Amino acid sequence: MSTIDNMTSTRARTGVGTARLAGAGLLILLGGFALLGPLVISSDPSAQDLGASLAPIGGDYLLGADHYGRSLLARLAHGARLSFGMAFLTMLAAAVPGILLGLAAAWKGGWAERMLEFVATVVLALPGLMLVLLLLAFSPGDYGPLFLGLSLTLWVEFYRLTKATTRTVLAQPHIEAARMLGFGSRYILVHYVLPVIGPMIATLSAFAMATAIIAVSTLSAISVGLQPPTPELGSMIVELLPYFAEAPVHVLLPAVLIFLLVLGLQLLAQGDRA
Amino acid sequence: MKNFLVARLLQAGIVSVAVGALCFILMRVLPGDAAMRIAAGRYGPDARIADAAEKVRLELGLDRPIAMQFLEWLGSLARFDLGHSLVTGRAVAHELQVQLGASVWLAAAALVLSLLIGPIVGLFGGLKPGGAADRLGLMGAVIFRAIPPFVLGLILMLVFSRQLGWLPPAGFGSPREILLPALTLALGLAAMSSRVTRNAVAAVAQAPYFAFARYKGLSEPIVVRRHGLRNAAIPVVSYLGLQAIYLIEGVVVVESLFAYPGIGHALVHAIVERDIPMVQGTALMMGLMFVAIGAAVDLLTLWLDPRTGKTV
Repeated sequence: MSTIDNMTSTRARTGVGTARLAGAGLLILLGGFALLGPLVISSDPSAQDLGASLAPIGGDYLLGADHYGRSLLARLAHGARLSFGMAFLTMLAAAVPGILLGLAAAWKGGWAERMLEFVATVVLALPGLMLVLLLLAFSPGDYGPLFLGLSLTLWVEFYRLTKATTRTVLAQPHIEAARMLGFGSRYILVHYVLPVIGPMIATLSAFAMATAIIAVSTLSAISVGLQPPTPELGSMIVELLPYFAEAPVHVLLPAVLIFLLVLGLQLLAQGDRA
Repeated sequence: MKNFLVARLLQAGIVSVAVGALCFILMRVLPGDAAMRIAAGRYGPDARIADAAEKVRLELGLDRPIAMQFLEWLGSLARFDLGHSLVTGRAVAHELQVQLGASVWLAAAALVLSLLIGPIVGLFGGLKPGGAADRLGLMGAVIFRAIPPFVLGLILMLVFSRQLGWLPPAGFGSPREILLPALTLALGLAAMSSRVTRNAVAAVAQAPYFAFARYKGLSEPIVVRRHGLRNAAIPVVSYLGLQAIYLIEGVVVVESLFAYPGIGHALVHAIVERDIPMVQGTALMMGLMFVAIGAAVDLLTLWLDPRTGKTV
């Protein structure tokens, strides 16, 4: 839940590194699995077949079956789609208001900025996951509070980054020159501000998605997030854990999938500069 | 220095009011009958559950008007009276005392372990940037950063208590039980702090004052000790403030995972059981712990780098 800390040690370096390419490749593969998987794999992720309980990998079921005989391949594909989808929507719901409010605060300043600063301070006073947990207490197991809590914590970072960067850009002499030449705010925004904040926002978005994926799976693993029948990667691990002795690989598959998703996003975001 | 403290006090105030208000709203909007669920939790759901629920309602005052309950709520929060657990009936403050101790031990152990791992890995990487140690450290940091704490905890549990049988997978009481949860948190923390240390050490090793210390004839250990360590420690320590987020969130997750009887474990349980006074008490304690770590980091930074106090 802490995206800023990942960025403090890093400074932009030009060029596309191999790590970044590897991250992008990994994400394309996983994204394809998450998007196409549920469409291509016809079996229902919640269809049970108790006769095939803990079926081994490579038999009737390509990646085996869990303790209720549900196809692990189908569950993994749906779980990946859920994680990706939740992360993407959360990131959008955090980035759009964060960027717009950040631009407004840098542009106008005044009492609106002071109010936004206060709201940001209130949100940051508690660790992000605590806020999500408190909101989850309203209705454990629902998408609503999970989504709301995550976007509520993540927008602050988009807001702060946009505001700080836009302010430094706007204070530079070439912006003043553009203004005096008669260029409007819209032109300045598109030609001077967006090119500077764009790459930073892209990096922050990838971190925000990684954060959201970790949070969603963690919360369902400690049984306050999405509840078991949902094919969620975190709850799949916990559900399968009692059967580790019989089927160790089954337990590790969803864990590996989460790891690869987060790794892909982090590599894409920061490239070689870890 | 005063500014730091005022800001932290303000943060503590915001934490208390935010947690208190959220918990009160929570009390009001929760669907279903809290009295019924508490009765079911205490006596088991049987035919006489309705009678038991009525008794619980009267006992806990759940039948009074909302406005009265809210005023009482704020008043008792201001008096640090956290009320009684709806489930066990014991004072929240009493339960918290035991749990807070356990959580503080866990957090402290995790922090110490992470400081033993992270900065040392970072030091070796930073003294020779681009070398084998540096690249190995980078790989480790990337991998451990991408593993969510609960997955890391499960892996450690499976390796050290299931396969090797060295450490107990859960429980509380002896240092043996604290080791696995603390190591889980420490590895995640060290993954981040090792890179910060590495960058700080590399920056210091290239600094002119470091070269000057050598030119004036100081021996290598003295150069590192007197001119290197303290300067390199500044970013590492101030970074600890950001790591506090990871630490507090991790404590919640790891305690639930290892059934470690601390505040995070209690918070998750209270949420599942809708025990709102306990939710409030535990969330408040975790929030204040977060503030306390921040304040400690502020003071430590000030001591390491007195310039920060003058510019503020």
